[in-house]
Amino acid sequence: MYPSRFAYDAPKSLAEAIAILDRNGGEAKVLAGGQSLVPMLKLRFAAPERIVDINALPGLDYHRLDPDGTLRIGALCRHEDLEYSTILPGAFPTLAEAAALIADPIIRTRGTFVGSVCHADPQGDWAATMIALGGRIVAMGPKGRREIEMRDFVLGPFTNALAYNEIAVEAVIPAARGTARGGYLKLERRVGDFATASVAVALDMSGDTVTRAGAAMAGVGGRTIDANEAMSVLVGKTLTEESIAAAAKAVAAAADPRTDHRGDLEYKRHIVSTFVTRILTKIASTEQKAA
Amino acid sequence: MALDELKIGGMGASRRRVEDNRFIRGKGRYVDDVVLPGMLHMEILRSPVAHARIKSIDTSAAWEVPGVRLVLTGETMAARNLAWMPTLSYDTQAVLATDKVRFQGQEVAAVIADDPYVAKDACSKIVVEYEQLPVIVNPIQAQDPASPLIRDDKANQTSNKVFDWEIGDQAATDAAFAQADVISEVDLHYPRSHPSPLEPCGSIADYDRSTGKLTVYMTTQAPHIVRAAVAMVAELPEQMIRIISPDLGGGFGNKVPIYPGYVISILASILTERPVKWIEDRTGNLISTGFGRDVYLKGQLALRKDGRILGMRMHTVSDHGAFYADAQPTKFKIGLMHSTFACYDIPAAHLVSEGWYTNKAPGGVAYRCSFRVTEAMFFQERMIQNAAYDLGMDQAEFRRINLVKDDMFPYRTAFGFLTDSGQYQKCLDLGLEAIGYSTFKQEQEEARKRGKLLGIGISTMTEPLGAGNSREYDIIGIKMFDSAELRVHMTGKAILRTGAKTQGQGHETTWAQIVAHELGIPAEDITVEEGDTDTAPFGMGTYASRSTPVAGAAVAMVSRKIRAKARKIAAHLLEVSEEDIEWELGRFYVRGNNERGVTIQDCALAAYSNVPDGLEPGLENNAYYDPPNLTWPFAAYICKVEVDPETGVWDVLKFVAVDDCGVRINPMIVEGQIMGGLTEAYAMASMQYITFDEEGNCIGANFMDYLLPTAWETPGYELYEVVTPCPHHPIGAKGIGECATVGGPAAFVNAVVDALQHTGVRNIDMPMMPNRVYQALTTGKNVSGMPPVLAG
Repeated sequence: MYPSRFAYDAPKSLAEAIAILDRNGGEAKVLAGGQSLVPMLKLRFAAPERIVDINALPGLDYHRLDPDGTLRIGALCRHEDLEYSTILPGAFPTLAEAAALIADPIIRTRGTFVGSVCHADPQGDWAATMIALGGRIVAMGPKGRREIEMRDFVLGPFTNALAYNEIAVEAVIPAARGTARGGYLKLERRVGDFATASVAVALDMSGDTVTRAGAAMAGVGGRTIDANEAMSVLVGKTLTEESIAAAAKAVAAAADPRTDHRGDLEYKRHIVSTFVTRILTKIASTEQKAA
Repeated sequence: MALDELKIGGMGASRRRVEDNRFIRGKGRYVDDVVLPGMLHMEILRSPVAHARIKSIDTSAAWEVPGVRLVLTGETMAARNLAWMPTLSYDTQAVLATDKVRFQGQEVAAVIADDPYVAKDACSKIVVEYEQLPVIVNPIQAQDPASPLIRDDKANQTSNKVFDWEIGDQAATDAAFAQADVISEVDLHYPRSHPSPLEPCGSIADYDRSTGKLTVYMTTQAPHIVRAAVAMVAELPEQMIRIISPDLGGGFGNKVPIYPGYVISILASILTERPVKWIEDRTGNLISTGFGRDVYLKGQLALRKDGRILGMRMHTVSDHGAFYADAQPTKFKIGLMHSTFACYDIPAAHLVSEGWYTNKAPGGVAYRCSFRVTEAMFFQERMIQNAAYDLGMDQAEFRRINLVKDDMFPYRTAFGFLTDSGQYQKCLDLGLEAIGYSTFKQEQEEARKRGKLLGIGISTMTEPLGAGNSREYDIIGIKMFDSAELRVHMTGKAILRTGAKTQGQGHETTWAQIVAHELGIPAEDITVEEGDTDTAPFGMGTYASRSTPVAGAAVAMVSRKIRAKARKIAAHLLEVSEEDIEWELGRFYVRGNNERGVTIQDCALAAYSNVPDGLEPGLENNAYYDPPNLTWPFAAYICKVEVDPETGVWDVLKFVAVDDCGVRINPMIVEGQIMGGLTEAYAMASMQYITFDEEGNCIGANFMDYLLPTAWETPGYELYEVVTPCPHHPIGAKGIGECATVGGPAAFVNAVVDALQHTGVRNIDMPMMPNRVYQALTTGKNVSGMPPVLAG
């Protein structure tokens, strides 16, 4: 690997890290897990003048629940921590299912949740789950702390809403009101391949009635596709063959896939519809068993 | 007492690979691990476009980068008559482009600098002005008379055609087709793939002006061929050229050709009088070095109602890229494609082949196969399966009817090969039983009722491995034999060198086992060395599964020469005449008195300390082995899949491999070879291809686009063994390194097609990605032929 020349810092405090970013006026780049940045450095697609390695910052490798059930994921929490989390199953089924499908086991040991969301790859899995779950990002900068709603965070492919001197320190995901149901399905040619299509579904349910319905997609558009509005056809409804079909149709319509070597756009739309149907049907059968 | 052969690591012992001691500790010594004093680093600038005239190259800014020592362009190379070099198929290939670039990734300039970062920085400062030309990315476009002429550098080249070639009896084949009850047809494409060894190519050229010696560390599977070629091309005396191929991180045919990077690094070292290291990056390897396959087929079988094949026709159209650089024996234009159908008894056959230039990387290497044999056997097995469907006959029964029977050997194929041994029926039956074939139809019916589609794919094949013999096989005129040299030291330990070159096959382990088998010297007492042309005997290298059939035979033969001399020494030590000496593993004894004997180690000591009068001292020899025929292993691969009709996703439920590679030297290594080969077959069948967009941009230029399977998705394999010794090989062994890559793909494809065949689908081109399977399933039509034109 022969990247372009860069300076390297490994600050010991968040304040120091922010100060370095601030001083370098947009020419510095934050390194967390490095699973996207390092390949881009290798290919010289990215050539920052300075790398700010935040791995030495203390106290950012957590994921924990607030007393009200809100999930907080620190900037150095690795994918693998979430894969083996005891917190996620049950309370955050969408995240629990996605965790096992992130890249491959090697990448999961190093890559971070927050880093993946910040990378804003249209094929990123975590960004899709964050949108479906209505999460937000906590940013720290010279002027202090601010929270950015996920729908406002991803501005476009590989572009996020952080200022050059801000660091995303935490992802926040609200607890379900009622019972949390959800799932994540991804079609890939091989483990670690970018998704041909993937779908995140997150429902809040009260009894057998859907009270909140979220969905988002990766791999089927120029950016992470927010399908929360499409999914809202389920709100106030129970999961029946009919309502599931309506939701699948609406979400598939929200996809914006392109034909490429992974498949044509009709196929990708079909996969979205199939995945929504499969996730919802599985939830419905779980509800039936519970009842 | 004779030694226990398994205890000394002889034939049949699943001895642990001795080379793994260093590999698993990270102590392998690959080309990039070699660091020489004063070494410079080279980076190659590659063409971003597929077809363009070079209007100008401005290197001035690159020269100004601190640390840059040399910048080379086609012009500098041309001044030393090195702008072009010969290929292994009697064509020429540009070293650095002078007139035009002809594929994306072609070498345009090189920077030699103090470190690789500087070299790469400086490369980006070279300004090349390109005048873009129309691009040809497949043979269909190349066939158009109005298409631009890619090889306008060649005096007599008026079209993009590389060659026309044919073999077989056209009249007899036509007659067979005239008598057919059913004619079965197949139309398909074997897509371009890439061997992708984990270690890309590289070299360190070290020219010492004071001695005139050129030493080149190089990732090559055939160091002696390289030495000969360098001597001829660079006009250097051959004794002053030393090629060292150290540990190789895989080869798979990719490291047989001579690449521009090697040649440029040699000239750079001569000009700078310093060692020059060139290490290719992954993208460079994928977009510019020897690819595999990329052949279109139209195949026809003439069938009688009772299931007999009367005749076979094949028409292949192959895409060779911008330079015809296939690595193959001189006599043949499309390798050993005509070994197709060698395991079937077919009276008449005719093969027509045409090759075309395109604006794609050159190569056409034998990617883990014996020169186009992978395509030959894939085409064969796709045709066989579809013929069974067209006859309405069970696919196993159809094979059974047409396979060459055990009592028909030696069998002369319609294309003239002589197969000499095998138990085809037995292998097939063993595989069918293991997969549960007798109950499968029922299982399939029940699954269909549940909305699941099951399929079974069979692939049976014999393939020609181990070129020579030298009568028929040579590469650039050098005959295809091989060699071994054995030196037994006075303490009974030994060093063995061969003309082959291991690149993961485990020669350091298995060659010692052959010596142990022949001499009774424990395998652990034998060092095996290969790859240094100053020390190793001349040989043609390792590819085409030729090591065991040729060099391995030479190892047995040189061991026998040593044993013959040791016998004379034993007679001297035992004070009897040589005729009264008997041999058992590890020792000689006096006939009729087994107690009175000497070990091979005793003889070794005596060879240096107590030599009989009239006998030369020492215990060393060499052997050159020219095999009388190829070896013909047989395989039956059977795959059972389940297809999800809603997504087109398919999963392997079970895979059974029955291999007959004759006598197995190290069963563990043989099984490793089979599992590795099947995984490469699975990769090609499921996910892997190198394709190009209309502008000639390579899609597959890194491991994000060109996929290697991981342990995660790779299916498990059940392995079975049948042993039919090779009748002409000294230890009865046949090649095995490539059987699974060759025969495997058709088993996967046949299985998925079998799951869909009730819809009328007869073919899905590889890779069978879910979208293609889904398309076939929903339309009931084949997904065949051209690679898709990509939108972005």
